[in-house]
Amino acid sequence: MIVDAKEISESAPVQKATREIYLPPERRKITGGDTTHISAKDFSIYYGEFEAVKRVNADILSKYVTAIIGPSGCGKSTFLRAINRMNDLIPSCHTTGALLFDGEDVYGKFTDEVLLRKKVGMVFQKPNPFPKSIFDNIAYGPRLHGVNDKKKLMEIVERSLRKAAIWDEVCDRLDKNALGLSGGQQQRLCVARTLAVEPEVLLLDEPTSALDPKATAKIEDLIQELRGSYTIMIVTHNMQQASRVSDSTMFFYEGVLVEHATTAQLFTNPKDPMTEDYITGRFS
Amino acid sequence: MNIGTRKILDRSFTAVGIGSIIVMAMALMIVVVPIVTNGIGAVFFTGTIEHRKMLFNEFTRGNSENLSSEVASSERYRTNVYKMLSGFEAELETMAPEKKSEYKAKYSQVRMALQGLLGPLPGDSAPMLTRFKYGQTRWEKAEEKLHDLLYESKWDNSNPDVMSKEYFVSRAIGFEGTSLVKLFPYVKNNLEKMLLPEFTFYWGFITDSSVDSHFFGGIWPEIQGTFFLAVGAMLFAFPLGVVAAVYFTEYAKPGFLNSMLRSANSTLAGVPSIVFGMFGLAFFINTLKVSESKSVIAGALTLAIMILPTIIRAAEEAILAVPKTYREASLSLGSTKWNTIATVILPAALPGILTGGVISLGRAAGETAPIIFTAAVSVGSAIGLADVFSSPTPALSWNIYNLASEHEAASQIRHVQYGMVLALVSIVLLLNLSAIVLRARVSKKLKG
Ligand SMILES: Nc1ncnc2c1ncn2[C@@H]1O[C@H](COP(=O)(O)OP(=O)(O)O)[C@@H](O)[C@H]1O
Ligand SMILES: [Mg+2]
Repeated sequence: MIVDAKEISESAPVQKATREIYLPPERRKITGGDTTHISAKDFSIYYGEFEAVKRVNADILSKYVTAIIGPSGCGKSTFLRAINRMNDLIPSCHTTGALLFDGEDVYGKFTDEVLLRKKVGMVFQKPNPFPKSIFDNIAYGPRLHGVNDKKKLMEIVERSLRKAAIWDEVCDRLDKNALGLSGGQQQRLCVARTLAVEPEVLLLDEPTSALDPKATAKIEDLIQELRGSYTIMIVTHNMQQASRVSDSTMFFYEGVLVEHATTAQLFTNPKDPMTEDYITGRFS
Repeated sequence: MNIGTRKILDRSFTAVGIGSIIVMAMALMIVVVPIVTNGIGAVFFTGTIEHRKMLFNEFTRGNSENLSSEVASSERYRTNVYKMLSGFEAELETMAPEKKSEYKAKYSQVRMALQGLLGPLPGDSAPMLTRFKYGQTRWEKAEEKLHDLLYESKWDNSNPDVMSKEYFVSRAIGFEGTSLVKLFPYVKNNLEKMLLPEFTFYWGFITDSSVDSHFFGGIWPEIQGTFFLAVGAMLFAFPLGVVAAVYFTEYAKPGFLNSMLRSANSTLAGVPSIVFGMFGLAFFINTLKVSESKSVIAGALTLAIMILPTIIRAAEEAILAVPKTYREASLSLGSTKWNTIATVILPAALPGILTGGVISLGRAAGETAPIIFTAAVSVGSAIGLADVFSSPTPALSWNIYNLASEHEAASQIRHVQYGMVLALVSIVLLLNLSAIVLRARVSKKLKG
């Protein structure tokens, strides 16, 4: 099924950041305000000539969990990596339209991408700890940003590892190389490493696709723990996962944001027939 | 292909593979075994009292009491030789003139052979060169010299159709009927008592300077020179090479200039080393005038230019082999590009970079051509660290060549040449070994 991108983005109403998209009533109390944290306005991402993400309009609210689903190659990773400008690593990649973070243009002329990435942390598909000790992995970010006091670093390391629910497993071997941990532990370590720089946003790109079910469950629990403290965006091709962990869900298809709604609504009562086809497994 | 032929092909391939490995190992043995055995002979050998005298006089090493008692016991036997000589000299005076001149010529040959064996004889004027101040210092050479004394070598040219052949005539026969005829059996039977051979471990071969252009003494100036040159080259080339590799891999924008630079670098790696030698002379000494003439610094710079491409390539490859995910992880934590390179990329690339560096160090230590015109002298003493800007230095690679081709008495000091070869091979091997160990340790640390 080929969809003309223009047709969709023009015909589909611009997804407004409304309470309806995000707020299941029971969550309203936890999060308090509904400030827009990230917002895309006619935002397109190109690899050279190829438009991988097409004129996306979306508002992502602060402190909620947003899931991004869609078939492989539909531009989920591309969109996610655009938010902390990891796409800068790809020379051919460029953008049009606007992506605002806290109201400021991420791709603006005067944006400091280093500062941006400090606020927008990322956890990757494959766990990628540094070949350093567990302690040094977590302390890497804080050290970068000027924390050198040993005691303070230790505090940060412990706090981050606790937040990532891995402290108990590694507290007695902080000086051991992080590559000695299991895949699931490594991934939680990566979460801890990201949390250590105290970001506002946490981007997770299929964080469990390389993990076994048990480790996956732990990561999902972890997301539940972090919910409400950080703005979390998680790419997943696992729809159960999306429905379990997220408040709202975006469905991408061939670079187009087809539907963005509360997770409950998107999975139970999708507005777009394509979304329905996808979540019912008619294609993938 | 049916299963039978496939199996036969498999087997024959295995056979060919094993065969070629065996051939290679044997070739290596043929090269290495003589180097090792002869090279060790420079340090462990049967030394004579002349060696101990030399050590005492030139390096003040050894126990003077022991030595003088040894000298006394050896002199007891030598005096008989001296007596025979002076007896024959007196006899010569009484001979008829034409007989006298015939014997005189033969006698002077005998004296020369004896000098080679025992050192200066009574009545000789003090020799100028140190090599003539002592007799044979090594027992195996003394045995050769004894042969020279006992036999005269002649060439048989009687048949013009074949190459002339060497044959030996006993000198004793030539002196039949004179008093000197007793000398030959006496020397033959008492040589050991005159030279007092004993097993010698001459560690000074590594730490001593040479005496009389490598006739005696050791090869420390060469070893030190090699060390200075190689380490000096490394000090320039390693940081420069790593920085260049970082530039190529991280900062250079792909394009014409970049690809030009890269292919220039590859080309540079293939330039013959003698060209670098000429370049070093023309550029560092004649143009930049880093020193008046040859100097360690000029040689080190030349070697640095020579090994730079290798270091750049090794470092580039090592950096490119660092997983992209490390870079992403670091950047996503809010690290700057430079910080990422310094704290993540370079440490992870370190094993590869170090390996390239140490192998280049070995190459710098072994090269001859680049230092011929820029740094090397055939004879010299060890220089101080402060002299590297002004003094040339001997170096193993160059002195091996020199001993093999230009030294006036090369055939008499083959053991020194072999010793140098062994030293050089050991140094290079040691460097490569340390590269392997270093690499293993660093990558173990990285792997956890
Ligand atoms: N570095 C790249 N260069 C060119 N095209 C790319 C690159 N990365 C991804 N793409 C293309 O962009 C599209 C979206 O990719 P991606 O965002 O990785 O998809 P997803 O994460 O949804 O599976 C795909 O068609 C892919 O082929
Ligand atoms: Mg992806």
